[in-house]
Order: sequence, then structure tokens, then C-alpha cells
Amino acid sequence: MEANLFTSMLFATVVAGTPLLIVGLGLLVSEKSGVLNLGAEGMMAMGAIAGFAVAHETGSSWLGVLAGMGAGMAMAAVFGFLVLTLLANQVASGLALAIFGVGLSAFVGKPYESVTLAAVPAIRLPFLADIPVIGPALYNQQALVYLSWALMWGIVWFLYRSRGGLVLRAVGEAPSAAHAIGYPVIRIRYLATLFGGAMAGVGGAFLSVFYTPLWVEGMVAGRGWIALALVVFATWRPLRVMVGAYLFGGVMIAQLFVQGSGMEINMPSQMLSSLPYWATIVVLVMISRNATTIRLNSPVSLGQPYRADV
Amino acid sequence: MTTRRSVIKSLAMLIGAAALPLAMHGAQAADPLNIGYVYVSPIGDAGWTFQHDQGRQQMEAALNGKITTKAVENVAEGSDAERVIREFAASGHKLVFTTSFGYMNYTERVAKQFPKTVFLHATGYKMGKNMGIYNARFYEGRYLTGVIAGKMSKSNVLGYVAAFPIPEVLQGINAFALGARSVNPNAEVRVIWVNSWFDPGKEREAATTLISQGADMITHHTDSTAVVQAAEEKGVHAFGYHSDMSKYGARAHLTATTHQWGDFYTRTAQAVLDGTWKPGSVWGGHKEGMIKLAPLNPAIPADTVAKVHELEAGLTAGTFHPFTGPVVDQDGKQRLAAGAVMDDATLGKMDYFVQGVASRLPKN
Repeated sequence: MEANLFTSMLFATVVAGTPLLIVGLGLLVSEKSGVLNLGAEGMMAMGAIAGFAVAHETGSSWLGVLAGMGAGMAMAAVFGFLVLTLLANQVASGLALAIFGVGLSAFVGKPYESVTLAAVPAIRLPFLADIPVIGPALYNQQALVYLSWALMWGIVWFLYRSRGGLVLRAVGEAPSAAHAIGYPVIRIRYLATLFGGAMAGVGGAFLSVFYTPLWVEGMVAGRGWIALALVVFATWRPLRVMVGAYLFGGVMIAQLFVQGSGMEINMPSQMLSSLPYWATIVVLVMISRNATTIRLNSPVSLGQPYRADV
Repeated sequence: MTTRRSVIKSLAMLIGAAALPLAMHGAQAADPLNIGYVYVSPIGDAGWTFQHDQGRQQMEAALNGKITTKAVENVAEGSDAERVIREFAASGHKLVFTTSFGYMNYTERVAKQFPKTVFLHATGYKMGKNMGIYNARFYEGRYLTGVIAGKMSKSNVLGYVAAFPIPEVLQGINAFALGARSVNPNAEVRVIWVNSWFDPGKEREAATTLISQGADMITHHTDSTAVVQAAEEKGVHAFGYHSDMSKYGARAHLTATTHQWGDFYTRTAQAVLDGTWKPGSVWGGHKEGMIKLAPLNPAIPADTVAKVHELEAGLTAGTFHPFTGPVVDQDGKQRLAAGAVMDDATLGKMDYFVQGVASRLPKN
């Protein structure tokens, strides 16, 4: 394969995988505390429109990202109130949030359907970007891409190396025990849920402000659901979420390149399109198939409501 | 007892009162023709549904006072669609346009239940006593954009982002390739299927992939404006589809194949008003005014513009057909003899790429 072709494939892979990575990491933290929020698609959609609208009005893509974060958090706060304060069913509330968010984003986004944003120039990291082949692909990216890597390592450190992470995991594993030794289970779950919402919002804003850059109804196009699935198949391990996100992006981009190259494909195009989905699932299931690690990593109380007084 | 009886009595009166305006409404409905539209996506600012809505507004202006219209947007191609179509028919709409392929069976079912209502279904193939079909010859515009692309391309690689390998899309790709090859025998078309009518992220990825593989002219058969925007950013040229998309890439956008439904809608509504409407299939192009190129970008050289105008005139007069033989497929098999013109039935069954398309059709 030509080197520059490989470079552009790698570049596109990273771009395509980034929203999944950011959203997946946020969901991972929220799920580690025992809160299953299926509303990722809705939170992303709200993040996308809020980010786009603010970026368009102010001309600042960073304010857009902040607005996306805020919108995602607001959605997560609604969800948190339902399932953590009112103890509603998490699955049903999450599904409702997904549908609500997609609909609401379409409603508030009406005036922005026809406007465009200027593309945000990439940030070239000195020296690193000069590495042949992989340099221009990995180190000539949007700032959010670099931040997503920092986020990944930050979460690894937080979950497995910090006291706060230990408490968060304890809340997800055994909320009654955490409560018994004095940790505010509900408050911690609120914080984790809000973090998940914030990241989903950022992921949505990345789509509308940096990736396409445009806003149209339904533009999240299922990426929230993919991120949710990634977390499960990655058995709640941050590094594997990253592997999964880039694998998904990579296979999607690779199949586009194969199609464009004029190669003979003995496969229906629908099959080719579904390739990223099942390739990612197969690989993640393969690397995570050890039953013990699955048991060790999946939060025991995931999806179960917790009441401090029982 | 008395209380209960009086409650029932007043309830009955209430119902009667509620039914009264309905009955009056029914009587009045004979006057202006109520027309219903079912749209598959939000109207938005460009695209398939936007063009239908433009047509609806054009008809409203032309038949001012004689008709009223109502549109329901973003109706999924499922049982929701049947509900919306039935609601239109039941509430006194005597003419209903269903504007997406997936509404076919629902339209047919409701049409059988409301024989006095006229139904028009876009892009389908099922007809009935009170159900007609209509579509536009999108490939005519594709051929013209292919000519421009063939003339203007420096790399001779033309990119095409496509949704699904169905005949309508293949006609477009093949017409584009034939147009390009008619002026540039070295031009080749590369196709990427995104398997979605609408996914701006993926459409954009496909477009940038094609550009990185050398395409300097790209077009799309999907619903968003992402491809035109990608072209604008990457400094190549693009052809829009459905609508004039020049505001999404003033430099990149050379022209667009646009759908013009207004005249057809006006004619159909007038025929229903006059009681002269007959079920049938309408497949219109330049001749019927249903396909038109968007304003040409000044960047297109004058000789190319002249060529396009000449071909447009031929299409309008009916003297030129993009699928005029010889049509040879990728494997060298002759699909249409020299000089022959492809008939509509054969066009509707197209399942191959012509010579000039470099990508292989995925095997099914």
C-alpha cells in the first residue's frame, strides 16, 4: 500500500473513532458507578446542536464544545433525577432520554439546518508530526483528538490509581457496603452520571463542530448506541474502549477505501457496511473472553436502583 | 337516577355539538380541494423532501384559493406512514401525495379503502384505480454533470458517493460515467456505497476517501450536503443533488441535478379538480420540466457550458437520450445495440455498471 494512502486512512480512522472514544469513556465512568444510561444518543444529539449553535453564534469552536458539554450534562441531570432521586427504572428512562434528546435536538435545531461553520484547522504537533507515515495522521489532528487521549489516560489513572476511583468502583460494585462505610452513594452516582452526560455532549459537539461541520436532524446516526455497545464489549476497560473505537473507525474507513479503489468485492455492500460492527464485536469478544476478567470488570450493581434507607 | 340521566343527556348533546362542525366541515370540503403530503424526512433546507415542499408551495401559489394543503414531515416508512395516510384520507383530503418509496404498500392499502380519494406515490411501481405513480428522470441531470466533470477533471478520477445499489442509483452513476466518457475517454468513476440515505459523517468520510484517492470532481446520491462541504474544504469540485447546494460550497459547487415537482403537482391537482385525472405512471425529465440543472458556476469553461446547453435542448426536445447505444457494461458485454434507445422497462431493471466506472459492483 502506498504510504500516503495509509496515512490518509489512519488519519480518517482516528477522526471517525474519536466521538465513539469520548462518549464511550464517559459512559464507562457512569456505568462503573452502577448507572446504566441508555440515553447516549439523545445526549449526543443535544450536545451536537448546542455545540453547533453556540459555535455558530459566537464563532468560537471551544465555546461550542463547552455548550455541548453543558447540554449533555443537563440531559444527564434530568436522567439522574429520574433514576437516582425518583428511583425510576434505568433502562426505560434511558431509552426515553434517547428518544427525547433526538426529538428535542431536531426541534431546537430547526433554525440551524441551513447554516454552515468554517472548518476548524488542525493542530500540528511539532516534531511528532514529522514522523514519516504515522506522524501526519496522528499528530496533525484536532485538539479534541489529543484531549481524548489525555482523557483516556486520565480515566485509567482515576479508576485504578486514585482513591476517588476506588470509591467510584466500590459504589458500582456494592452500593450498600459503600453506604455503610459512609460514602454518599447517590451523590457519587450523580457525579458519574453528569460526567457521562458531559462527555456524550462533547462527543456530539465534536461531530457537529469539527467532524462534518454542519447540523442536520439525525446526524448522530446511531453513534451513541455504538458507544454504549463498545463499553460492554470492552468489558468496562478504558484501553479496550479505545481499541474498539479505533477498530470500528478503522474498519469503516478501510471498507470505504477498498470500495473506492475499484477492487473486486465478493460481498454485498450491505455486508461490507456491517463489517465495522461485527468486526469490532468479534475482536472485543475475543480479547475479553476470559470469564473471570468479565466478572471482575463488570459493575455488579449496574442498572439497579439504590435506596440509602434500605 | 335523574342525575345520571341528565348527565347522559348532556353528554349526548355534547357529542352532537362536537359532530356538528365536523359535518359542516365535510360539506365544505367539496369546495377547495384538500391535498395531503407525506414526507419521509424533515423539510430542512436542501434535499429530497425540501424539493417536494418547494413543489407543494409552487402549486399552492398557482392554484391559489382552489386548494388547501397540509404536510406531515419526518414520517417513518412503517406503520406510522399508513396511519398518517389514512388520517389524510379520512379527514377529507381528496388528493394525497406520498413521497417516498417505502410508503408504497401503505398507500396501496389505504387507496383500496378510500376509492374516492386520489393517491400519488413517488418512485414506486404499484398502481390502482385511484393510485398513480410519479418519478423524475434523475439520470438526465447526471449525464450533464458527467459531461462537465469529464471536461474539467485534471486527474480523470471522478468520485461518487452512493447510498444503495438499486436501479435508480445505478442509472445515475452510469449516466454520469457515460456523460464523462462522451467528452473524455480517460475519465473513470469511482463509487463508494455508504449504505445509508442519510449519515452526514459517513458521507463526508466517503467523500474525503475519494478525494484522497485522486478524485477532483465528486458527486453524491445521498441526502445531506456533507459531500459538497467536504469538496469545498478540500479544494475540489462537486455537483449537488436534489437541490441547489451552492451555498454550502460556493467555490466547489459547479451545478446540481435538481428535482422540480411544482408543475407536476399543479397539473395533477388541476386534473383532480376538473375530474379528468386518470391513474397512470409519470416519469418526467427535462421535457416535462421535472429535472433541471442548478445555475452553472462561472468556473465552468464556455465551451463546456455551450455543450451542456446543447444537450439540455436535446433532452427538452426529446431528441437526445443519455442511454443511447452502444451501452457496454464493465465486463465488455453489450447491453444496448448502437443507435438504440433504452426503454423505460430496461432502465428500471438496471443492475450493472457501464464501462468507465472503475469500481466493481458489490455482488449480491
